[in-house]
Amino acid sequence: MSLNTQLVRSLKAPPRPVWEEEPSKAGLTAKSGFLLLCCLGVLGPLWIVIVTSLSPKPVIDRVGGLVVIPQGITFVNYTELLSGGQVSRAIMVSVGVTLFGTLFSMTVSVLAAYGLSRPGSVGHRFFLVTMMATMFFGAGLIPTYLLVQSLGLTDTYLSLILPSAVSVFNILVLRAFFMGISPELTESARIDGAGDLRILLTIIMPLSRAVLAVISLFYAVGYWSAWFNASIYLSDQSMMPLQNVLIQLVQKNTEAPTGLQQAVRTGQLSPLGLQMAVMVMALIPVAVASPFVQRHFKKGMLTGAVKG
Amino acid sequence: MSLTAGSRPDGTRPPAAVEEPTAAVTAAVTKARVPRKEGRAGRAEKVPLKVRLRRDRTLILMTLPVMVLLLVFNYVPLLGNVVAFQDYDPYISSNGITAIFHSPWVGVEQFSRMIDDPLFWSATKNTVVLFALQLVLFFPVPIALALVINSVIRPRVRAVAQAIMYLPHFFSWVLVVTVFQQIFGGAGIIAQTLEDHGWSGFDLMTNASLFKYLVTAQAVWKDAGWGIIVFLAALAAVSTDLYEAAAMDGAGRWRRMWHVTLPALRPVIALLLVLRVGDALSVGFEQFLLQRYAVGAGASEVLDTYVWNMGIQNGDFSYAAAVGLVKGLIGVCLVLSANKFAHLLGEQGVYQK
Repeated sequence: MSLNTQLVRSLKAPPRPVWEEEPSKAGLTAKSGFLLLCCLGVLGPLWIVIVTSLSPKPVIDRVGGLVVIPQGITFVNYTELLSGGQVSRAIMVSVGVTLFGTLFSMTVSVLAAYGLSRPGSVGHRFFLVTMMATMFFGAGLIPTYLLVQSLGLTDTYLSLILPSAVSVFNILVLRAFFMGISPELTESARIDGAGDLRILLTIIMPLSRAVLAVISLFYAVGYWSAWFNASIYLSDQSMMPLQNVLIQLVQKNTEAPTGLQQAVRTGQLSPLGLQMAVMVMALIPVAVASPFVQRHFKKGMLTGAVKG
Repeated sequence: MSLTAGSRPDGTRPPAAVEEPTAAVTAAVTKARVPRKEGRAGRAEKVPLKVRLRRDRTLILMTLPVMVLLLVFNYVPLLGNVVAFQDYDPYISSNGITAIFHSPWVGVEQFSRMIDDPLFWSATKNTVVLFALQLVLFFPVPIALALVINSVIRPRVRAVAQAIMYLPHFFSWVLVVTVFQQIFGGAGIIAQTLEDHGWSGFDLMTNASLFKYLVTAQAVWKDAGWGIIVFLAALAAVSTDLYEAAAMDGAGRWRRMWHVTLPALRPVIALLLVLRVGDALSVGFEQFLLQRYAVGAGASEVLDTYVWNMGIQNGDFSYAAAVGLVKGLIGVCLVLSANKFAHLLGEQGVYQK
């Protein structure tokens, strides 16, 4: 079957079961209208943000704010923001924290999920209960803050990673998935002399690519979106991640990121265009990554929910 | 399962008295691996702990990093809640933790302060109102969306609609609040359009009386699409035979939805309700903190932000910890009672008895 017929077939509706009545014209119209509205509600604002970030200053000034219909394109906001200065540094910080954080979280989570997924091992019940109990209570903001402070983690990037490194929910999802892998595979490897670490690396992990992708995305999005820990644990403005810089720019109405204020004052750059460009850079990684992992979401969410 | 020293190919087990020494002795003498046994059999096996520890040491080592992290960042701070019974002074000692041992004890003074504190009660009121509002206005939205998506039979349309609706879940609160500000704020797109037509002064973001609807709308925009996932999975599990049988009996589209689809969703709805109620006191901490400056503390103060404000902003750690402790304890009670309630209704809840 050629790709073309495949496409046509997937666009055409599959046959309706005989007992199901034909949908009414009005119902169909209402339904598609509603769905279209939902999608527009999500994509519309994003469109406006992206178009404004790409618009030249005269256009933004003429429209008097956000640009809905593109009239001319310029990348000057992006080149200016990325040519060093506050925002470039913040992007590096966010990328670094996200990469190292995700790597660290995944490593400890996969190890723990496998360690707890072999039934009958010593103490796994105790570990599991200890772990799951933390889902029902939080230690509270103040004691955590005091602890992080007295461990000397404040003003280090570790304070953005360590306190939130483990998500018990994610570990449970991984564990449920690992337990679902047929024991014949692992047993035969064991007979061939493989230890637990080897089984995890050569058998379990290659078979769990889907769930590993989903959980990595969850962790990465968590690190990328986090701003609160940075706001209470970091005092040095030059260490701030991207989200915090965005807060400063938009929420507290700072004119422009440090380093570009001159260009804004002399009228070369539009502050709104700059703000929107920072926003686009903050949302692009997740907007690009999540659809790729989408088809695995259901599997990832459910294995955890069902076997919990 | 593998064939093990203790079990026979036909699955029967020899009498325990014969098995126990065999397995242990084999392991000790030949250093062969003692197999793990699943479930209850594993607990009943009488292999000495030392042997089992040696067998499972890799697994225990693998679990350790997470356990250490949870111990340090979840269990140790739990003990730190003792500052709620003190007049804690972080500067009394060089280290925040040793300062706990030097700070004076004041008993339940912080808690009695709380009772007389109007700000605490207004934060509590805001929390409860916002939770109730979100329960009514947010909770049904994913269910309705899932029913609509589920009725779409073209696979491609479904996939695209889902991909778009999931998207906002992955945006940070900073982005969501900013998007809303650019649309409903004083310099936003609606205010712009209105101003062009002679109306000025439109600004939803700083309107304290509409704030609760605004934040609910933000929550819906961000997470309602993502909420579909669980319901869609539950819907996919419903057997088509049920629908067919209902149709044969003369049930129309709506009756089938009422008598087949919705009952199929009931366990999921119950589970999510329990989770939601258990989380009732933690409505949107980041979301409100971000809008605190725009709308003012009066409308946006919830228990979580009050803890942040009193403790981290004002340095009144003991009082803030006391508020946090009360909030946490009520939260645990809520989870337990919501779960109990689910059991009473014959649903599964979060955990089994």
